[in-house]
Amino acid sequence: MSAAGGALEGIRAIELSDERIAFAGKLLGDMGAEVIAVEPPGGQRMRSYPPFRDDRPDAERSLYWWHYNTSKFGVTLDWTRPQGRELLRRLVSEADLLIESEEPGTLDQLGLGYAELSALNPRLVMVSMTPFGQRGPRSEERATDLTLLAGGGPAWSCGYDDHSLPPVRGGGNQAYQTGCHFAVISALVALLARDETGRGQFIDVNLHAAANVTTEAGSYHYLVSGEIVQRQTGRHAGSRPSPPMQRRCADGRYVNTGVGLRRPADFAALCEWLESAGLDRSFGKMPALRDAAGREKLDAMRAARDPAIAEMLAAGREAIDHLADHLSAYDFFVGGQERGIPVGAVYSPEEALEDPHHRARGIQVSVEHPELGRSFDYPGAPYLFSGTPWRIQRRAPRLGEHNQSVYAELGVSPAELSELRAAGVV
Amino acid sequence: MAGKDLFRRLVRVSDAVTENFAAGVLERLGFGYPRLRELREDIVYVSNCGFGHSGPYRPFKSWGPIVQAVSGLTFTSGLPDQPPAGWGYSYMDHTGAYYMAMALLMALVHRQRTGEGQWVDLAMTEAATTLNGPALLDYTVNGRGMRREGQPHSNRSDSPPMAPHGIYAARGEDQWIAIACRDASDWRALAECVAQSWTANARFSELEARLAHQDELDEKLGVWTAERDKFQLQEQLQKAGVPAAAVQTPPERIDADPNTEAWGLWPAPTHPVMGDVRVDGLPVHLSETDWEIARGAPLLGEHNQLIYGDLLGLSADDLERLRAEGAI
Repeated sequence: MSAAGGALEGIRAIELSDERIAFAGKLLGDMGAEVIAVEPPGGQRMRSYPPFRDDRPDAERSLYWWHYNTSKFGVTLDWTRPQGRELLRRLVSEADLLIESEEPGTLDQLGLGYAELSALNPRLVMVSMTPFGQRGPRSEERATDLTLLAGGGPAWSCGYDDHSLPPVRGGGNQAYQTGCHFAVISALVALLARDETGRGQFIDVNLHAAANVTTEAGSYHYLVSGEIVQRQTGRHAGSRPSPPMQRRCADGRYVNTGVGLRRPADFAALCEWLESAGLDRSFGKMPALRDAAGREKLDAMRAARDPAIAEMLAAGREAIDHLADHLSAYDFFVGGQERGIPVGAVYSPEEALEDPHHRARGIQVSVEHPELGRSFDYPGAPYLFSGTPWRIQRRAPRLGEHNQSVYAELGVSPAELSELRAAGVV
Repeated sequence: MAGKDLFRRLVRVSDAVTENFAAGVLERLGFGYPRLRELREDIVYVSNCGFGHSGPYRPFKSWGPIVQAVSGLTFTSGLPDQPPAGWGYSYMDHTGAYYMAMALLMALVHRQRTGEGQWVDLAMTEAATTLNGPALLDYTVNGRGMRREGQPHSNRSDSPPMAPHGIYAARGEDQWIAIACRDASDWRALAECVAQSWTANARFSELEARLAHQDELDEKLGVWTAERDKFQLQEQLQKAGVPAAAVQTPPERIDADPNTEAWGLWPAPTHPVMGDVRVDGLPVHLSETDWEIARGAPLLGEHNQLIYGDLLGLSADDLERLRAEGAI
């Protein structure tokens, strides 16, 4: 197999296009799977979501659609109608995977549930992702990314020291994306299992549960010791308050200042950093830093009993703050890291894309839009595979772009396709 | 050397090697990908570190909060005129592991078909950067970054546009409810629940108008919610068809949420020292090969006999010698 082929080459997935599940299709498609997104004839709702290219609203200009539907083929189909249903059954008969996020029971009522589909294609793996799972006491509830992160736990841990401010939803549709990570993981597990047994299976993905188990200490502090973490500005929620870890730099941008220095070698690096930045003279506690740098070891546990150690550790924190106050966020980040001190700049998303390290590793990839006669830069690979590289196979499909090729493969003649189009089935 | 020899033997009988040392550590120990491949040709190797195994920041160190800062995830989580709130935990410790699992399984699917193994160099800051979604294209295509007036405001929703959309105070100390109106019918249903004259104001009639007057809308809605219990609000709004969810505390979502209970989300595997402690389960159920957490995390060296003895075939004397040498 050539290196150009993706790891999932030869796997065909049908996606009932939906904003909740679209990211799962992208993750599979960008690794080489053949993903066919099935939209209603009028277009999936995502096509109406901003931002739009040049801010001109249009079904083919939604960057939301562009982002979440890379590498997919696109067909239109009204699967609520008998002829549409039949075509979907035929599509699924030839597929390895069906991924969807309709409300529980919707597909069953149309005769498109797992029982019917697996009778047609016993090798089918069907992944259904819903807010609360297929069954159970909350399965009828309505949800969005916001309400899932609120009810599922993440929001409780995110926000500010000032609890008169509301908890915060982390940005970027992370409830949906977390659900999609689990959808992909479980789909791949089922495909590997199918290689052993010859049989597919049904996978019920619960977004509320996915948020619940992606909360780190929020869950395990409670499960193990009954403690309830409290949100804090720019750092981990804790069952006890912890010192600030975020500071505004000379250029107005923020940095994460790390967890404090512990090793004499770190203090030596800190002294050298202050000196080379010309900030040692304006910092009042150089003797404490040099003292720490000269010690054989520093036992932070002893700070409570040993005032000299407490002073050194405090001087270390103040020195870091002093550097942040006088440097740009970028210089602080790189200056610290080059000296082995783990700190970070709080980048905006575009700054992360433009960072020289990320650029050197190829975080931006050019994707051709042939109908526009030009290419655009897209966010690149989340992981670098040595043998079967991640690759955007093509830009997101235009509405009905692959109707002809996909339906022809099912034996639909051009005349039949015209009739289906006229009847509003495709 | 005894430890390295054991490791070599383990690699020979394994499908995959995964690790999250700093970049280059395993290589320095003599087990970079070329060497792993010599030990087992079709090995799948997934390394996970902050900045990856190439590029100028290769030596940089990180943990969750640093990754989240450098990727944009911290910046995009917060309220206007406030510092970044960020994620109040290591979201990328979870999500980095999800990417490891996806990468490993994808590589295994490929190996199953071709017999070829490979190395996946997973850099957490890269995976995290790609999680910013369509905002990245708004920058590369329209040239519009997120560092601008009024941004970020992550409790709101510009894409898709929704209003009202936020987390509002409920009755009691530090009690909150999230409400999202997806469309006109959600808004009408919410307005009926609120049953106050301001909801009929022309400033709130259409989506465009509600988006334009969101500060005022949030304030008025917040006054209404602040007098009400968050779970009663959730029930009332859900009954009307409006997406709403109480911001749940850990005990509320772990002990009192009927969905997580019915799902079996908190299994309690037996732990020989800690007893039966509940742990995070999985948010998926597979009809044929479902998960089961049969035991808790291993004790130190708990399976030395099982792995070195039964699997690799070392004798009791060998194990004793390795133990005396400090190799195991």
